[in-house]
Amino acid sequence: MTQREHFDAIVVGAGPAGNSAALTMAREGLNVLQIERGEYPGAKNVQGAILYADALEKLIPDFRDSAPLERHVIEQRMWMLDDESFVGTNYRSDRFNEQRPNRYTIIRAQFDKWFSGKVKEAGALVICETTVTGLLRDKRGRVIGVATDRDQGEVTADVVVLADGVNALVGSRAGLRKELTPRDVALGVKETIFMPREVIDARFNLKGKEGVVIEAAGSVTAGMAGTAFLYTNGESVSIGVGCLISDFAESEVRPYYLLERFKAHPAIAPLIEGGEVKEYAAHMLPEGGYNAIPQLYGDGWVVAGDAAQMLNAIHREGSNLAMTSGRIAGETIAAAKAKGKPMTASTLKAYKRALDDSFLMKDLKKYRRLPKVLHDNKHFFTDYPRLLTHAAETMLRVDGVAKRDKEKAVMGSFRSERGLRGLASDVLKMSRAWR
Amino acid sequence: MSQGLNMVVCIKQVPDSAQIRVHPVTNTIMRQGVPTIINPYDLYALEAALALRDKMGGTVTVLTMGPPMASTALRKALGHGADRAILLSDRFFAGADTLATSYALTAAIRKVGETTPVDIVFTGKQTIDGDTAQVGPGIARRMELNQLTYVSAIPAIDREAGEITVHRRAEGGVQVLKTKLPCLITMLEATNELRRGSMPDMLRAERADIETWNAEAAGVEDIGKCGMKGSPTKVSKVFAPQPRAEKAAMIEGDTAQAKALSALDVLTTADPKLIQVIARQTAAA
Repeated sequence: MTQREHFDAIVVGAGPAGNSAALTMAREGLNVLQIERGEYPGAKNVQGAILYADALEKLIPDFRDSAPLERHVIEQRMWMLDDESFVGTNYRSDRFNEQRPNRYTIIRAQFDKWFSGKVKEAGALVICETTVTGLLRDKRGRVIGVATDRDQGEVTADVVVLADGVNALVGSRAGLRKELTPRDVALGVKETIFMPREVIDARFNLKGKEGVVIEAAGSVTAGMAGTAFLYTNGESVSIGVGCLISDFAESEVRPYYLLERFKAHPAIAPLIEGGEVKEYAAHMLPEGGYNAIPQLYGDGWVVAGDAAQMLNAIHREGSNLAMTSGRIAGETIAAAKAKGKPMTASTLKAYKRALDDSFLMKDLKKYRRLPKVLHDNKHFFTDYPRLLTHAAETMLRVDGVAKRDKEKAVMGSFRSERGLRGLASDVLKMSRAWR
Repeated sequence: MSQGLNMVVCIKQVPDSAQIRVHPVTNTIMRQGVPTIINPYDLYALEAALALRDKMGGTVTVLTMGPPMASTALRKALGHGADRAILLSDRFFAGADTLATSYALTAAIRKVGETTPVDIVFTGKQTIDGDTAQVGPGIARRMELNQLTYVSAIPAIDREAGEITVHRRAEGGVQVLKTKLPCLITMLEATNELRRGSMPDMLRAERADIETWNAEAAGVEDIGKCGMKGSPTKVSKVFAPQPRAEKAAMIEGDTAQAKALSALDVLTTADPKLIQVIARQTAAA
């Protein structure tokens, strides 16, 4: 038998969660091996992508000096679409042009490479193009390492951090968790459309490194629970749409059809006109929310990031939750190591406790009812956008009709679509889900 | 038992040409964000060397010239099982054309050979960014090595006689060539399949300190023959060719046979001689 190398910790995956865990542990002097199946860190990773500074600042305070950042976000547009129009809100503020901006657009392939560079600098060993095929266990069932798809591919460790992304195949195969269900996962498709910087600046009213985010919902998802987005990068825009897999399966609508529809929308088409599609990507998002979070720790293992369903679909936050959970996992393990504790479930329970105390679990818990409400009430994505856009049109069109009559017509349209009882119940459902 | 082979594989880190874009406005190549890879042709050279090492024993040293980031390519080669990696990096080497590159690589290969004489120098057929196929032959000429280009297989090495037999792809056939070692081989594409390194190989590669040689360490005698200074080639202009506006024709028809006949019609209209060729082949069949 060949000799297996032993590490203090093995991290599976080099996305935001894995990188954060590996970085945190390596800095604390742990002997860390990180295993990534992609050709390089970031090769397999897809995101919108918005980077929330706060979570990264807690790991790399001066990240702005070296990270590949596209634009910082100074304006957020929220649109409700029907086929011809949208009604929405904008928030734009010069206060976002601050010394240390709060949100950035990024291109993940570049960002993840940079992030991985920081992990290597901290002393972790990072190997790519290697797939973890299973977990090694001792006689008592404790996880003691991983098996990979390479010759002599077994490596052992005191603890394994599963940050293998939304599919969470390693944990599922090992029976540490249930398999994903179609209702817990959304499918997002996205294109990166190249446009010269000056064109983007002019079309979105930007200068320098300023950027705009558009989040949209409504007829673009063809009656399914989901949203669409458009983000400005330096010399490209990222545009995409995502819906629950269960809805795609039921409706038999193809994801790229939705994206083409969104791109052809009269409010979107002029923004991307003349652009050249440079990249096409699809990825799953864990949108099951709080109730879909699996067991987070056990004897010799913890799970973080997308693999742990750490995504806030309502606020479009995911990578920051991944970074936060990865960091907390790393801190928990490093602290246990420093005290010489064994990496048992009772030691690693501290990870779950720390997550519960953080904004992460508080936010996910707050919206725990929303996935079901949105899934069971598709009219939030169909009727309301149409009613709202029609209401806006009725009120704005000057045509000799008295304003009071217009208001009556608008109220009437809401009542006839949803009924008084329906309206009241929708308000109740949403307010309860939001509480 | 005879001693193993001392082999040097020259590789180059290149931008992944499949992902290079030309800026639509300025018509310049956009390098930002384009991933770098090992020149794909060099991987056949690497595998050929590794296979010979497995059979005959010896060592495989990978050598590249480039900026510090080129060490990524060397590390990758170590992960595939190469024994040693040397990065030739010096600001004097920057901006080199094929003449200056082969000069610097020759110096480094000679340096490697000071401890144990080098038996075989491997390169890929050509690079995907320059496409000149000049560096390999350039090294052979400077080192006065027997030169075997476009090699598709290495069926035999006779260590006692110091002879190597190779298959060389030539127009219209395969030449079987036998020559004396030491030699330089440029490997043809699709002649082997690069192995995946083992887990110990990967760990060793990640931990490896890549030896970095500057001009002095590589034993370069005349710095004037290196880099921009030693390069007579000058790039005067880079431009994107105009895309041709040729439309694809749709072949219509109700049945498969009707479509096939319709396609045949289009082809024979474009090239009337084609019908005779088809008739001849049908008769032969």
